[in-house]
Amino acid sequence: MKRLTVQARFLFSLAILLGPPVGMGEELSRAMMLSNSCMGCHGPQGVSPGSIPSIAGKSADFIEQALKEFRSGERSSTVMQRHAKAYSDEEITLIARYFAAVKQ
Amino acid sequence: MTNTTRRRFLSSLGLVGGAAALAGNGVLLSGCGKKAEEVIVIGGGFGGATCAKTLRRLDPSLHVTLIERDSRFVTCPFSNTVIGGMNRLEDITHDYAALRDRHGVNVFQGNVVGINPAAKTIDLEGVGSRRYDRLVVSPGIDFRWGEVEGYDKAASLAIPHAWRAGEQTVLLRRQLEAMPDGGTVIIAPPGNPYRCPPGPYERASLIAHYLKQHKPRSKILILDAKEKFSKQALFEEAWKQLYGDMIEWVKGSEGGTITAVDVKQRRVINLIGEDFNGDVINLIPPQKAGAIAQQAGLTDNSGWCPVDQRTFASSIHPDIHVIGDACLAGSMPKSGFAASSQGKVCAAAVVASLRGELLPEPSYVNTCYSLVDPDYGISVAGVYRLREGEIVGIEGAGGVSPLEASPEFRKKEADYARGWYASITADIFS
Repeated sequence: MKRLTVQARFLFSLAILLGPPVGMGEELSRAMMLSNSCMGCHGPQGVSPGSIPSIAGKSADFIEQALKEFRSGERSSTVMQRHAKAYSDEEITLIARYFAAVKQ
Repeated sequence: MTNTTRRRFLSSLGLVGGAAALAGNGVLLSGCGKKAEEVIVIGGGFGGATCAKTLRRLDPSLHVTLIERDSRFVTCPFSNTVIGGMNRLEDITHDYAALRDRHGVNVFQGNVVGINPAAKTIDLEGVGSRRYDRLVVSPGIDFRWGEVEGYDKAASLAIPHAWRAGEQTVLLRRQLEAMPDGGTVIIAPPGNPYRCPPGPYERASLIAHYLKQHKPRSKILILDAKEKFSKQALFEEAWKQLYGDMIEWVKGSEGGTITAVDVKQRRVINLIGEDFNGDVINLIPPQKAGAIAQQAGLTDNSGWCPVDQRTFASSIHPDIHVIGDACLAGSMPKSGFAASSQGKVCAAAVVASLRGELLPEPSYVNTCYSLVDPDYGISVAGVYRLREGEIVGIEGAGGVSPLEASPEFRKKEADYARGWYASITADIFS
C-alpha cells in the first residue's frame, strides 16, 4: 500500500473509531452457526433491546446451567424449553462460550 | 491520494454509499489492493437484509451490495397490530442507514429487472448491468392474481390483501375504522403454502380486539381454503375466552373455499356458488415466489424455488442462492424469522465457498409469536437440522404453547412477542 497521506490517516483513524470492524471477520465455526439462532430473540450478539433478557457477556457457566435447566424443565419458561430440547450438552457449551465472550 | 484511490479506500471501509459503489465499474478494490469479491443481494427484507449484514460480519473484505426497491422496509410481522389499531405504520418501518453506515453494506435503491446466470450479471432498471461473483435472491412473495376469479391488482385497491405491509395495511385499517357497528368483516386465507401460516388468525384476533372495544355488534367471518390452521387449538381457546362468538371460522370442505370475488357488490363466492357479503373484505390470495425469481427461471412447477437446503444454492442455477419465503426450505415455514435464519446460514455458505472452507453443519430456527390481544400471546417454535438433504424439525423440540395456560403465561408471551420484534429488527436493521 502507498504511504498514507495525512488525510488518509485521519480517515483511517476515523473509520477505526466509528466504522465497521476491518479485521478478518468472524470464524466460520459451529459455535457461530448455533449462536446465530439465539439472536433473533435475544438480539444482535445477544444484546437485547426489549423485554427478552440479554445473554451477551453472561458467564459461560450461567448460560450453560440455564440452558440445561430449561431443557429439563427444572427452570420454568414459556418458549425456552422448546428451544433448549434441540441442543446437546456439547452444543450448549459452544453457545454458552460464544455469548460469554461477547464484549459489550 | 487521488480521488479514485480515496473512493476505493473509503468504499473498502464502508464509508461511501451504494450509489457510488455501483457507479464504478463493479471492480472496486479493497484496502490492501486485492480484488474484492462482489456479492449482490436482491431484496432488503428479513432474508436479504440479514444475509447482507451477516456477510459483512463474517468477512469485512467482501463487497456486499443490497438492492431494494423501496427506501424503507415495512415489516409484515406486527402489521396486524397496525390493522388492530395498537401501533402506527411508522412503528413497523425500518431504514437501511445502519446497514450502510455501520456495517459497510452498499445499499442501493433500485429495481432488478433481469438476471443473466451465464454472464453472472444482473440488470438494474435505468442503470444497466452489473457483475457479481455470488448472487443472493430474497424476493419474498408474489400473488397469483386471477386464481380467485375477479381478484387482481386493481381489485386489491378496493378489497385489500394486506399481505405485503405498507399502503395495503393502512387501507385495511381505514376500512375497519369506516365500518359501522354491526358490520361483517370477511377474512379469506389461501391454501398452503403461503407466507406466515398463523398470520390470518392473528389478524382476525386483533381485528376482534378493535371491534370489541369500538363496534361490539360486529362479526368476523373467516372463509378458509384449508381444513385446519396453525396454532388452531390455541387460537380457538383464546377466541372463545376473549371474544365469545364474534369470530366464526368456516373450513374449506364446509364452504370456506373462495373461488371468486365481486368487487362492486363487495361479496365473495365459494366453491359451490354460495355468496357472502362483507362490509370489509380481506382476501389473501394464493402466492408464489417473488417476480424476479419467476423471471430469472429460479422456480419450478410449484411456483417456488428449489434449493440445496444446506447452502440455499438454487437447484437450477447453482451460483445463485435463494432464501426466504420464495424458496422451498423443507419443514421451515414461510416466516420472517425463518427467512432471517436462512439469511445467516446462506451468508456462511457464501463465505465458506468463496474461501474454499467447509461450512459448519447448518442450524436453523423459527419462532412465531401471535398476539390474540395485547396481553395474550401464543407461539410456535422449531429448531431445524439437515437430514439427507432436507431441512427437518428436531424431534422432541419445538412445538406450540400449552393449552389452558395461566393468564400470566399468556401475558408473558405477549411481552416476549414485543421483545422478539425489538430484537429481530435490531438484529437485522441496527
